[in-house]
Order: sequence, then structure tokens, then C-alpha cells
Amino acid sequence: MRIVIIDDSGLRATVLEEGLREAGYDDIHIVPPRGAFVARLERMAPDVVLMDLGSPSRDTLEEMLTVSRALARPIAMFVDQSDEAMIGAAIDAGVSAYVVDGLRKERVKPVLELAVRRFNAFAKIQGELDEARTALSDRKIIDRAKSILMNQRSLSEQDAYALLRSAAMNQGKKIVEVSQALITASDLLGGGGL
Amino acid sequence: MTTDLKIAFLPLTDAAVLVAAREQGFAEEEGIALELVRSTSWATLRDRLVYGQVHAAQMLAPLAVAVTLGLSQQPAALAAPYKLNVNGNMLVMTSDFAAALEPDVARRIADPLGTAHDFAAAIGLWRRKPVIGVVHRFSSHAMMLRYWLASAGIDPDKDVVLRVLPPSLTVEAMRAGEIDGFIAGEPWGSAAVEAGLAETVAIGERIWRRGVEKILAFREAWLEENPDTVDRLLRALARAAAWCDDGGNHAALAELLAQPRYVDQPADLITRALSGQMVARAGEAPVANPDFMLFSREATPFPWRSQALWIYSQLVRWNMVEHDAATAAKAGAVFRPDVYRRALANSDVAMPGASMKLEGAVDLPLAVGSRRGELTLGPDRFFDGRVFDPERIEDYLAGFVAGR
Repeated sequence: MRIVIIDDSGLRATVLEEGLREAGYDDIHIVPPRGAFVARLERMAPDVVLMDLGSPSRDTLEEMLTVSRALARPIAMFVDQSDEAMIGAAIDAGVSAYVVDGLRKERVKPVLELAVRRFNAFAKIQGELDEARTALSDRKIIDRAKSILMNQRSLSEQDAYALLRSAAMNQGKKIVEVSQALITASDLLGGGGL
Repeated sequence: MTTDLKIAFLPLTDAAVLVAAREQGFAEEEGIALELVRSTSWATLRDRLVYGQVHAAQMLAPLAVAVTLGLSQQPAALAAPYKLNVNGNMLVMTSDFAAALEPDVARRIADPLGTAHDFAAAIGLWRRKPVIGVVHRFSSHAMMLRYWLASAGIDPDKDVVLRVLPPSLTVEAMRAGEIDGFIAGEPWGSAAVEAGLAETVAIGERIWRRGVEKILAFREAWLEENPDTVDRLLRALARAAAWCDDGGNHAALAELLAQPRYVDQPADLITRALSGQMVARAGEAPVANPDFMLFSREATPFPWRSQALWIYSQLVRWNMVEHDAATAAKAGAVFRPDVYRRALANSDVAMPGASMKLEGAVDLPLAVGSRRGELTLGPDRFFDGRVFDPERIEDYLAGFVAGR
């Protein structure tokens, strides 16, 4: 069974490909959705095409599936429309799958299930990365607000932080939000850069 | 009690009514907590609706008909009780291609028939077929482009290459030289003009002066099971639409739409379509087109069955579906004026007396039969003067064959 993964994110495609190879599938190709990817795909004549549901190139792909003469058998999304749980899980995970007509559902189902698990795993990694990145930028904002207070009110770093924290508690906000407001106000008042 | 509703949309200026319903509190007034789900392809918007991830979607009117007829992946009965706008598309081409056309852009836009013939004459001069991007096979854009090309004897399936790509990728594809032009909803045409990549060749409003565009689509079964929620949503949208049509709100609306979670394009580009001041070539004064995009006036949201049938006639014309009476009836039934009437029965919205009309028959603003309030329909001519009679689809289609 030839599986083509259309994906722009190198990492997600790799996570998916590894999983498929571990499960014993070996005819796997990754195609980024750029330039003449449709022509490449036609030459490959895949049995299953996996694609991120969020990819803007899905309309281009579907048009190809509609008009292509090179693909003898029409390809439909999801081989078994009655399996609502499977379809729901796939869409929640952000997987769209196109399968050639006539491929038995018992053969396709494990591929889809694996894709769903791997997409979910990837989303989790991505989420953790984003969280780490946010935490880092939050700290920078708080540091800058602290230095504004330290300079303008001659406070120690500890006191500056305590002031931010109590302001946040009083206003029912996060420290980073109060810090951001302070930085904005300071910029507007010409204290920028401090 | 508050009802949670999820509606899928694409980053386009004509998501305006949905955005205003949420951001200006119109949905909240009706007890609806509206969540707008941004999608980047029509395929994904369609799947989210068909497989029940969202309750409704801002959909290309022809796509709703196509999904119902089983022409676009999983067949599903969809229902459209509300039109989100009419008009709003623009065809742009690179300056190389546009050089063969009338150089005065205002005159070029005002005369689509002449421009189509200039375009047809130029096809022989260009050394290859022009590649024109369309947002979807089942889009109003593709239908208007085909209609316009064919009027000058151009076969859209043979003489040009139509390439499908979503609106948000059009400008990049043009920059990369993958397409020579595209027809898309705003602000994407304006974005290409502003980037100096393209100039305006035609605008939707000059091809069909009141062209059906985006509709609000539901799964039919869900619509039938939730009449109260549907009615409240439609009332909220009707008020949001009136707010969007008011020129005094255009600046605020453009700011809302410009946000990264909606269209994520500069507010001044978005304002152009809202105010009908279209810059057709970078650096030039705008060309006034006050009916570029309508949301509320002239009973714009009313889903005339005749408009669903016009879409159907074009699907038949371009061999996308075979004509028979049962299929026509199924296509026409996608538009649900009955639900619109029920939802807005006690509002001050002007309510047409009929559910079908001749399409393309109004030259000048025309007062028509209305069950409440005064209703004036705007001019709705097709640029070639043809009139679509929904009771005589075969005759209408025969006219095109003879004309080619």
C-alpha cells in the first residue's frame, strides 16, 4: 500500500512516517504542498493520501482528485462513512485522509488510527513547545516591567516584583498582564527603553 | 439560557456579518455565545460542517448546492436560510496580461463585455494559456469567471487553465509566478494590487450586478431540529448585517476584520470593498463602485430559490451535473426562504412576497411586493443582458449553446 503524506511541517510528517514504518508500512512518501505538488502526486499513484486538515492546499488537492485522468480510481475521503467515531477522531486530530476506491476498510483503518494517534502526539509536543516559548517571553516582559519600576521608583528587584504581584492580585489579573500594561504606559509617557 | 454555537468561516471580508454579530453583541442579545472557527480551505470548512464539528458555516453558495447533490466528497443535505452578502469578488491579472486590455481601468471595469472580447483577442497573442486562480470549482467566483469568459467565445475548460487555490494563497502564488491572475473574494484582489503584482480586470458586481455569494449553511437535519436557535441566530445576523451596511460603521468593521484571528490583513485594504472604493492599479485613485459588496439593503440576505436554481443551471452548463427535474428541485430546495420568513416574521426587516423571481431583469431600482415595510430591489442585470427564468431552465441553457 502506497501512502503519501502531504505536509509542510517537517516534524509532523516525520513523526507520522516513523509511526507508519514501525507498524510495517514501507512505501511512504512525503510531499510538501508547494509548486507542482499535484503533478508529483499524480505520478506516484498513491492508495492513501494523508494531509493535515488545517492545510490550505486541500482545495487544490481535491480539485486534482476530481479532474485527474492519471488517477484511474476516484479517491474519497474516509473509506467507511458509517464509522462516525473514526471520522470524528480523525477530524478532532486534524487528519484528512483520501483513499482510493475499492481499498478494503480493514486495510485502511489501522493506517487512519495510527495517523490520528501520531497527529495527537505531535499536537501535544507542539503545545508543550508553545507553552515553553510563552513562559520564556512572559519572563522577559516581567523583567522589563521590574526594571522600569526599579529605575523610576528606586526599588530593589524584590520590591519591584512584590509591587507587580500585589497590583495583579488587586486587579484579578496575571502578573504578565500588569507588566505589559506598565510597559505600554511607560512607552507612551516617553520612558521607553528603560 | 445561553446557547453555544460554532460557525466556521474563511478569512474574507464577507465574513463581516458573522464577525459583527459576535463582536458587536448582536448574537449575545439573542442569547447566543458565538464561536467563530477560522478555516483556511473550503474543503476543511465543508468537512467541519458535514461531520458536525460546527453548527453552521459561511459557505460558497454553489458549494452548498454541490454538497447536497453529492458532487463534493461526502454527500449531505445542507440548508441555507440566509445569505451573508451579495457581490464582493474581483478578477485581477498581472500587468503583462492586463496590458492587452483597455488601459483606463475605470472604463475597463465599466465594460465587462468589451474587456472579455479584448481578453479573447489577446489569448492568441500570449504564447501560452493564461493560468487563472479560482478559489474552488464550486464557487460563485468560478461561475462568474466562466460566464464572463464564455460571453466572448472563450472556452474556460480549454482556452485557459483554471487552477484551484484558497484565497489566502492567491497573492503568494502570484508572486511565485504560479498563476497569471485570480478571481477571489476581497481583500485578496486588493492585496495583490497593493503589492504591485496585479491590476483589476473585472469586478463581480459588473458581471452580475447582484450576484449570489456566501450563504450561511446548516446541516438540514440540525436546522429542522433546532428551529428556536436558528431563528435567534438569523435575527442576530439581520441586525449585524444592517450595522455592516451602515457607512458610519465601516471603519470600525474594517478594524475588527483586520485582527489576526479574522482576516489578518490591513484595515485600509479591507475598507476598500466595504466602502466600494476600489483601487484597480497600485497608486491610482480608487474607482467608485458603491454596490461592490452588500450585506443588508434590498433584502440582500433573503435566499431567493431562483438564485439556487441559477447556480444549478451553471453546474449543468459546465457539465458538472446532469439535468433532470428531480436534481433541479433538490438544488432549489437548498435555499430556505421559509425559514427566513419564520425567523424574521416579527422583525422590521423588509420581507419579499415571493420566493422566486426572474434573475437579471431589473434595470433600475424597483419597488416590489413586500409583506412588510418598503422593499426596493437594486438593478440585478447580467452584463450580457440575459434573464434567468427559474421556470424555464432548459430554454435558458439552450440559449448559451446557440450563442457559442
